Amino acid sequence: MMSRSQKIFTYFALSIWAFIAIFPIWTLIVNSFKPQKEIFSNPFGLPQTFTLEGYKAVLLKGNFGTYFLNTIYVTVISLALIVFFGSLAAYALAKWNSKASIFLYVFFIAGLMIPIRLGTIDLIRLMQFFSLQDTIWSLIPVYVAMGMPISIFILTAFVKNLPKEMFDAAKVDGASEWHIYLKIVVPLLRPAIATVAIFNMMKIWNDFWFPLVFIRAEESRTVALGVSLLFGQYRTDWTRALSTLSLAAIPILILYILLSREFIKGLTAGAVKG
Amino acid sequence: MSVNIKINNAVKKFGENTVISDISVDIKDKELFTLLGPSGCGKTTLLRMIAGFNTIEGGEFYFNEKKINDMEVSHRNIGMVFQNYAIFPHYSVRQNVEFGLRNRKLDKAVVTEEADKFLKLMQIYEYRDRKPEQLSGGQQQRVALARALVIKPDVLLMDEPLSNLDAKLRLEMRQVIRDVQKEVGITTVYVTHDQEEAMAISDRIAVMDFGVIQHIGTPQEIYHRPSNTFVATFIGRTNFVDAHYLANKKLVEVGEYNFKVDNISLEKNNDVILSVRPEDFLFHEEAKTSLKGVIKDSFFLGLNTHQLVELQHNKQLVEVIRESSLENELPIGEKISLSIKGHKVNLFSKDSKENLVKRS
Ligand SMILES: Nc1ncnc2c1ncn2[C@@H]1O[C@H](COP(=O)(O)OP(=O)(O)OP(=O)(O)O)[C@@H](O)[C@H]1O
Ligand SMILES: [Mg+2]
Repeated sequence: MMSRSQKIFTYFALSIWAFIAIFPIWTLIVNSFKPQKEIFSNPFGLPQTFTLEGYKAVLLKGNFGTYFLNTIYVTVISLALIVFFGSLAAYALAKWNSKASIFLYVFFIAGLMIPIRLGTIDLIRLMQFFSLQDTIWSLIPVYVAMGMPISIFILTAFVKNLPKEMFDAAKVDGASEWHIYLKIVVPLLRPAIATVAIFNMMKIWNDFWFPLVFIRAEESRTVALGVSLLFGQYRTDWTRALSTLSLAAIPILILYILLSREFIKGLTAGAVKG
Repeated sequence: MSVNIKINNAVKKFGENTVISDISVDIKDKELFTLLGPSGCGKTTLLRMIAGFNTIEGGEFYFNEKKINDMEVSHRNIGMVFQNYAIFPHYSVRQNVEFGLRNRKLDKAVVTEEADKFLKLMQIYEYRDRKPEQLSGGQQQRVALARALVIKPDVLLMDEPLSNLDAKLRLEMRQVIRDVQKEVGITTVYVTHDQEEAMAISDRIAVMDFGVIQHIGTPQEIYHRPSNTFVATFIGRTNFVDAHYLANKKLVEVGEYNFKVDNISLEKNNDVILSVRPEDFLFHEEAKTSLKGVIKDSFFLGLNTHQLVELQHNKQLVEVIRESSLENELPIGEKISLSIKGHKVNLFSKDSKENLVKRS
């Protein structure tokens, strides 16, 4: 049990953390409802003149819808592939004990230490070779490759923690490897899969670099790239930019809330003996 | 189905390390056959070879006439129960039991009916919709047993299924396992390192040490006529006393004391190791030819009292068990006279490897 003073300190620390986390979002949202002038005169308070101009501009003018859909496609497809390949690889690597499997594991994990952007030039050549430039399909393989190391790292650790006898029992019961993967491994890995998904989701959703170097075409832009066009060198329509960003945060919040329940289960799993 | 298991000259190596060098055993149909031995002797390894989880470096394994060396685990039609139950935590009790049936693509009605039958047999029907985490250890092991049996396996394999349970549940579950095994009538290979459990549950026992079978027999045979000194000490308790055998008179001499034995396969006089179970000593007030000793220590265990006696002639310590009495027990330091139930002892050759008593 925590003592009173410990409790006060804990809540104090958590409150500061919550403030740091929430303050920018608050600023983002309130300012998206203010006209440009008020944003500078009253940056943190509630809007005095309430306006929806920014949102109207986003939704009616420009191609925000397209950017938005592109980003959702890229994020969801990439995450699905990361989780699928990551969990398959983790199951195999955790079960298969040999020098080769250790080598492969280390090979995957080594990716954690190498920034993928170092390879940008080669990646551009690769995308040119496959004629994927200017399409969202140029982004997905790069994000999957980017997400693999951490996914394999996390998922392999989880699979290793499952009792081996469970797989043996399933085999004795006539289940194929594929069946064991789908019916035993995946359900038991749900918290870990959610962890991996959350971890990669933000990076992919917010990535600006690869859309910038791979994509010029209007119809293939992502939100991050689209928003950047609103920030001019001399003049920026802040209301519109902030409205765009507020809208862009909605799907990721929904996805986060959906996944976080599983994520928290994963954090507390094993803390209480069933 | 009636299935007997035949293993010829099985060899198992992990890298350079030979864990099982040459094991041959015949397991009869519907028999509860136990592999018993100290930790690390290779029981699990042999069981997993039968199951198909381990590669086989040598020898042949047969279910009836069918050689199974290279058969897939899932095609061997075995049921298996593990020490840690290994039931699927995300499935309900019923789903766990139905798992194997579903893999066999049976009709849905049949699946339900069969699952119900075994849920009831294992007396877990009322818990059928619970998750495993809401069950006690004993109940979880019942689920594991139901799951193993519901697929009507030819062979049931169990690896220390009771060792995660507390002492009381162990007794209860061992009865359950024995009853169900007889009721279903299935050839069963059971692994344990607990000799009492093995004796209570088995039709026959194979005592193993260092990857070699030391003795195969019924619990009675193994207890009364162990094939070597290892088996004699591993099953129950025993005292080894240096003795001499006189072949022409059929006498065993221990110091001044001697007694007659008439089923020894030894043609000439020889030094032997005499093995006497603690309960096979008799106390005497004063007899002419008796084994003299001094009580060194005494442990009262309720029904019985165990006493450590130092033999007068060679200072060896032996353990003696007597039924406790209400009167004062013999005190420490008391000089006593013992005799030995000659028909129950075993004589071993000096190298410990051979029991010299002829089997009847
Ligand atoms: N996968 C493996 N790789 C290498 N050596 C192994 C492996 N599995 C078992 N061994 C070795 O084989 C020997 C027998 O192991 P096994 O698990 O069969 O013992 P056991 O009789 O079941 O013991 P216990 O009662 O402790 O379960 C041990 O010395 C063990 O170290
Ligand atoms: Mg074992």
